[in-house]
Amino acid sequence: MKNESENNSSLSLEEIFEQRIANDEKIEPKDWMPEKYRKTHIRQISQHAHSEIVGMLPEGNWITRAPSLRRKVALLAKVQDEAGHGLYLYSACETLGVSREELYEQLHSGKAKYSSIFNYPTITWADMGAIGWLVDGAAIINQVPLCNTSYGPYARAMVRVCKEESFHQRQGFEIMLTLCKGTEVQKQMAQDALNRWWWPALMMLGPTDDVSVHTEQSMKWKLKRKTNDELRQQFIDQTVPQADILGLTIPDPDLKWNEKTGHYDFGEINWDEFWQVVKGHGPCNKERMDARVGAWERGTWVRDAAMAYAEKQQNRKENAAKAV
Amino acid sequence: MNKNWPLWEIFVRSKNGLEHRHFGSLHAADAEMALENARDVYTRRSEGVSIWVVESKYITASNPEHNGELFEPAQDKVYRHPTFYDLPDDVKHM
Repeated sequence: MKNESENNSSLSLEEIFEQRIANDEKIEPKDWMPEKYRKTHIRQISQHAHSEIVGMLPEGNWITRAPSLRRKVALLAKVQDEAGHGLYLYSACETLGVSREELYEQLHSGKAKYSSIFNYPTITWADMGAIGWLVDGAAIINQVPLCNTSYGPYARAMVRVCKEESFHQRQGFEIMLTLCKGTEVQKQMAQDALNRWWWPALMMLGPTDDVSVHTEQSMKWKLKRKTNDELRQQFIDQTVPQADILGLTIPDPDLKWNEKTGHYDFGEINWDEFWQVVKGHGPCNKERMDARVGAWERGTWVRDAAMAYAEKQQNRKENAAKAV
Repeated sequence: MNKNWPLWEIFVRSKNGLEHRHFGSLHAADAEMALENARDVYTRRSEGVSIWVVESKYITASNPEHNGELFEPAQDKVYRHPTFYDLPDDVKHM
């Protein structure tokens, strides 16, 4: 078989690159890539990594107060997975030539974004159920297509993330199911959590197609396989029957099965709220960043001590070798 | 002092009989910590029975821009493959 670039001698580097992606070839770290491809991927992968890391905070809030040991080990494992997912993604992002330090700096300075859903508070135990069911549910819909994205390290990280994510959603649904089968007060707690998380979960799938600025380019690079509106519809269509099983009511009076389209029609999303939260005015933006930056700063001496210890050990080894 | 933890490449053998495979990378102060972190980051669900860690700076990689001179010479050497050789059908076990 001939090398593809030989047949394409008249094409520019960029055209060859686009053709490789169109042919479903993967791009690997040392391959030539347009600067815009690199930048877009750094932005999206790091944003994704930051979301995993900040996403630990609302759930970490309930680890010490989980209602049973079973719930506690599951929640702990879920939060640990999120740390792991953040680390897979940071390391995938670093293959694009950005350092971990820079990535943290972008998060801590507010230059980089993370998923705005994590700026909502977790005020009852039922929120652990709603987050697993709805937030992880929406995340899975967003993430599954990324297992086939064009950038190799990102695609490989996503395969691992998606494999682990389905336990997250199931543990959340089980929490909801248990509450719904419990006392009237417990069922109300589940309904209240659904009421508060439903709309933010729909917003998680991103702005509507007509205002989404990155969609077209991202589709071309297979960073996106479906548009935000398609993903949102898919999420609604598969979640409504799950709410029926729980016996809960989705807080949308306009939600209705549409026989003609074969999908659910749904009400207007409050995009003002979405943009407010994105811009930093959500209920917990400041709290999340304070927690994150504080943990990083308080950990400085630990990181330094580990480095000093590693150097001391290394010197000892070298001196011992000289002595022999 | 502000010294960042170096980057390590992580290789995991998923079960005996299989080779170690590259799983990803992580930061750690030294090799021992890299092993411990690798266990937590890459083998939370029994994905491995053995881990190798190598500091990333010690890996030398080929440059994809030189793929032509590196790998193309193998493409016209079809005589390295068994199907290159014509044998009568009644020759068995070959």
